[in-house]
Amino acid sequence: MARKTTATREAITTVAAWTIGFLIFFPILWIIILSFKSEGDAIKTPLAVLTSDWTLHSYAEVQERSNYARHFWNSVVLSLGSTIVALVIAIPAAWSMAFVPGKRTKDLLMWMLSTKMMPAVGVLVPMYLLFRDFGLLDSRIGLVGVLTLINLPIVIWMLYTYFKEIPGEILEAARMDGANLRSEILYILTPMAVPGIASTLLLNVILAWNEAFWTLQLTTSNAAPLTQFIASYSSPEGLFYAKLSAASTMAIAPILILGWFSQKQLVRGLTFGAVK
Amino acid sequence: MTMTLRAMLGATVALTLTGAALAETTITVATVNNGDMIRMQGLMDAFNAKHPDIKVEWVTLEENVLRQKVTTDVATKGGQFDVMTIGTYEAPIWGKQGWLVPLNDLPADYDVDDLLPAIRGGLTVDGNLIAAPFCGESSMVIYRTDLMEKAGLSMPEAPTWAFIKEAAAAMTDKGSEVYGICLRGKAGWGENMAFLSAMSNSFGAKWFDMEWKPQFDQQPWKDTLAFYLDLMTNYGPPGAANNGFNENLALFQQGKCGMWIDATVAASFVTNAAESTVADKVGFALAPDNGLGKRGNWLWAWNLAIPAGTQKEDAAKTFVAWATSKEYLALVAEKEGWANVPPGTRTSLYENPEYQKVPFAKMTLDSINAADPTKPTVDEVPYVGVQFVAIPEFQGIGTAVGQMFSAALAGSSSAEDALSQAQSFTTNEMTRAGYIK
Repeated sequence: MARKTTATREAITTVAAWTIGFLIFFPILWIIILSFKSEGDAIKTPLAVLTSDWTLHSYAEVQERSNYARHFWNSVVLSLGSTIVALVIAIPAAWSMAFVPGKRTKDLLMWMLSTKMMPAVGVLVPMYLLFRDFGLLDSRIGLVGVLTLINLPIVIWMLYTYFKEIPGEILEAARMDGANLRSEILYILTPMAVPGIASTLLLNVILAWNEAFWTLQLTTSNAAPLTQFIASYSSPEGLFYAKLSAASTMAIAPILILGWFSQKQLVRGLTFGAVK
Repeated sequence: MTMTLRAMLGATVALTLTGAALAETTITVATVNNGDMIRMQGLMDAFNAKHPDIKVEWVTLEENVLRQKVTTDVATKGGQFDVMTIGTYEAPIWGKQGWLVPLNDLPADYDVDDLLPAIRGGLTVDGNLIAAPFCGESSMVIYRTDLMEKAGLSMPEAPTWAFIKEAAAAMTDKGSEVYGICLRGKAGWGENMAFLSAMSNSFGAKWFDMEWKPQFDQQPWKDTLAFYLDLMTNYGPPGAANNGFNENLALFQQGKCGMWIDATVAASFVTNAAESTVADKVGFALAPDNGLGKRGNWLWAWNLAIPAGTQKEDAAKTFVAWATSKEYLALVAEKEGWANVPPGTRTSLYENPEYQKVPFAKMTLDSINAADPTKPTVDEVPYVGVQFVAIPEFQGIGTAVGQMFSAALAGSSSAEDALSQAQSFTTNEMTRAGYIK
């Protein structure tokens, strides 16, 4: 039975939703506003900030001081690279867990997730030594590997929940028609799970883009992504808010735009399987 | 045929020789993103012209990220950097571990005796200079001349804590959002504990006695914390437990602080009319004392060091010698003006009549000279460091104690509780680390 909605109730929920949305977005909006202000204006009271002059000066300074293009390209390679590798590993893994579960599958899933609970700094030294000995410090290949491993548990979990929604009978029917394992995963399962895979992909790109521990620790210049670009603008003594805001805006803009265009896909994927 | 072969051989040899002459050494320099370091990156043409065979690759990072990164690299001998920017806290610890290349063989024109004794002392381990100072800083009282005048007071060049309290009371006008004093309250070994440790020295307090026993249960620490809490509760801005350097800087620049005791580097920010609304109403004075012979100011320097094991030691040394030389100071003065020269490293800079005209030059030098990292407080202590204790365990201990004191400022615990927690926590940590037998 559909719930009765009155005009008032709808108006209230709309206003509430917009207010909450605005509150959540406000810090980002404020960063964007500050990035178009001079340093002197950026620390004024909020009203004075809004009425002061707009300028592109901070962007020019950031552009002059840092090599944005190189950091940006590294971020793209790292986030896309790690996501693709993670999906290649996770799709077969999630298939086996969803369709041919063993006695310990649930425990295995829990164990995988539990690795996310360990603080990253706990394995910093061994990781650093491994990277040093294999000559992977400041290399994109090394970081793609690390980011893949970090996000793999979440990717497998997400895909596992999507695959669980797909009736096993369809796969069985495919097998009856002579499909082998490879074509079953490639031509039956994957196309059916496209919304789930797409949202997993998007979420993983966002997580990898924002990863700021390993990308800072294991890079110097060649493989350094946007996280290091940001880290060169914040400071405990003498913070330049306008410049930091400009750098932040430049770092988050690509992922913000990606999120904006794919929000339908993201929401669909994230709520997929939530209502049975 | 023979001629052609000979010509080809000759050409090959010539090309190889030219190639060798142009062989470039690339050194990677990890550095903090303060104004002085950023400025140097813009002046690299002068270095490149003089040393075309050395290419410098910069990795510029925020202080805390930099510290974590270079510490990991130097401790694991990762070899990612050929030159590292380190503070006066790390220098003696790393020097003792043998992680740094001694800089005893710098060229004669470097004039190592010109380095300020207080700064050089903190960078010398077993008689070896293990890092070259790039810029030094201390802390001092920064105050509003107009508010001081309005209060009918006049700031002495070397004020006492009693005067600071009197002035804070007179300047506070909470109705107009003007607070007599702004001090650090944010928890952290480099945040509130830098200020409180330095302040405690002027009260005769110390972190440890000669047996490495913590001293938070002694009267001088009780006096320090009580005085600080009294000042901040009555005359400080609301929410001060969250304020660090940047927050206080913003408050001061907006005209909300009568006095602010913090890093000397703040002088150039608060007097810059483009950022500060009170740029023409700022005065400076030495950090306060209590008549015990020590002032409440700290001493810090950013230094260039070369990690042991680098393959490019010679090129790294050439760069370090250039970046910390008199020649570099003159270069900055010529290109950017005397006020932008990295302060606090060389005696000759402060003897230069041109530099003496910079408004905060004398105060910076006097503040630096007033601190001695080898004798930080009134009594003798087993450690080096004015606002820190140069032992590896201090970062963790300092931050935990900072949280306890910050909670006392926020009002969620009392001063007595904070001190007794600090005492038992520090005792445990020092026992575990093997200092207390």
